[in-house]
Amino acid sequence: MSVLLIAEHNNKEVKPFTLNAISAASQMDTDVHVLLIGNNCGDVAKALSEMSAVKKVLHAEAAHYENYLAENFAPLAVKVSENYSHIVSSANTFGKNLMPRIAAHLDISQVSDITKVISPDTFIRPIYAGNAFATVKSTDTKKCITIRPTSFEPCETSGGSAPIEKIEATEEFTFSKFIKREEVKSDRPELGTARIVISGGRGMQNGENFKLIADIADKLNAAIGASRAAVDAGYISNEHQVGQTGKVVVPDLYIAVGISGAIQHLAGMKESKIIVAINKDGEAPIFSVADYGLEADLFEALPQFLEELNKLNSIQK
Amino acid sequence: MKILVAVKRVIDYNVQVRVKEDGTGVVTDNVKMSSNPPDDNAIEEAVKIKEAGKATEIIAITVGEEKSQETVRKALAVGADRGILIKTEGTVEPLAVAKALQKIVDKEKPDLVFFGKQAIDDDCNQTGQMLSALLNWPQATFASKIEIKDKILEVTREIDEGLETIEVNLPAIVTCDLRLNEPRYASLPNIMKAKKKPIEIFTASDLGVDITPRVQQIKVEEPPKRKAGIKVASVAELVSKLKNEAKVI
Repeated sequence: MSVLLIAEHNNKEVKPFTLNAISAASQMDTDVHVLLIGNNCGDVAKALSEMSAVKKVLHAEAAHYENYLAENFAPLAVKVSENYSHIVSSANTFGKNLMPRIAAHLDISQVSDITKVISPDTFIRPIYAGNAFATVKSTDTKKCITIRPTSFEPCETSGGSAPIEKIEATEEFTFSKFIKREEVKSDRPELGTARIVISGGRGMQNGENFKLIADIADKLNAAIGASRAAVDAGYISNEHQVGQTGKVVVPDLYIAVGISGAIQHLAGMKESKIIVAINKDGEAPIFSVADYGLEADLFEALPQFLEELNKLNSIQK
Repeated sequence: MKILVAVKRVIDYNVQVRVKEDGTGVVTDNVKMSSNPPDDNAIEEAVKIKEAGKATEIIAITVGEEKSQETVRKALAVGADRGILIKTEGTVEPLAVAKALQKIVDKEKPDLVFFGKQAIDDDCNQTGQMLSALLNWPQATFASKIEIKDKILEVTREIDEGLETIEVNLPAIVTCDLRLNEPRYASLPNIMKAKKKPIEIFTASDLGVDITPRVQQIKVEEPPKRKAGIKVASVAELVSKLKNEAKVI
């Protein structure tokens, strides 16, 4: 049997987490087929077909597939699922929204957010905000799985020449309608895949002070993150939130500034390779996960940090 | 308009969860339990809609053991009118919960079903979407803003890229983000009043739903411990360590 991977894309390009999902899928079975559902997304089909791990691309086009509504995507995934042992997508807002709708239609108990494939039916997944890891075995004949993107390496984007099979679209679900999407455009690396992330918390005190973080992010080519407290307080917009109900990041370097380190925030960043904490409260729980802790007032430390970075002859990109 | 709100009793979000030594799960004995945080937002939103005169009845429902009634009582204390407990024992997977809820939806015929977007215990993020599939209703997940326009709901959703707005026809499922509203606290008089509100109790077999788990939990382990770090005395030392020791910048 083969694995059906549902691609996330924007009708022009493959979204980066699809590459991690393809890697995870190929650990379940090497015969990975990608289901591409979209509108005028021929370039995406071509890009997917060139990935060495992809053995076939199933490509469906329709105007009502333009904005990835789960109500429109799920029936098609269900329709083509018959010949597959696994249906897989990434556990980001795309896959979290879509996969349970597919699983319920197929009467499958989904396994969410896996971090490891032990065998085609056994997986490891974090529970309780990553305070425990459960090894679970699915007894359904077919599996619906979402994967934690940061736990799997992205697949190769070249070396393949998979056939692209056009498939028929399913009917439109007319009770849900896409209105608009407000994407924040940024020249910085994406939070989910950045090599360095610098995050601010409630200690930043207001939105203007995030400029101190932005200056360092620019210098380090880092993405900007935030705690839920900072997002709730309106200092910065929601797509920056790192944590249990936000994004999970695993950068080489994570710098937490003015973040106390609630369990829910740690859930989103504690797998980072190196963690730096800058906080004036020496007892803050963030120091318990930090490789390097600096007990200091961030309004003094951040300008100094920038100054020290400026003194360096070179900075890794 | 009738609103059904699904709530779950979970280990309190402030508790440092510990894994049992025998690897069969996490310690729940003598551990503080609370309502799942985003479920509080779901109840709050339903109460706000009713206060605005747009809903006539709010039913709080949970699936779980006898003690889960506490969570329903809490919902009743902040404004739900009556409660339903589907009494179960042991693990009930999201698909089984969705199937049980479907039976109640068939009976109660609500116009809206609200959920928290994710339970903070199993972190599955499935039940709302699954119920929506079983009913073939629209789903508005991760909602941070809701506006009712007659028989249509305009919902702002929090997505990885930013915000998305969709319109769904009623009846519909909404799963609520923590940013949807600020949940109120129950006042003492309302807590007392809630004790008199009815809670109907069913079992899964009353409803004819098979809740046998399909996913076996083989073992539960502690996450790998991070090795203890160091405190640095100055920013200069920090940058030097990052450059020369950790070699990350």
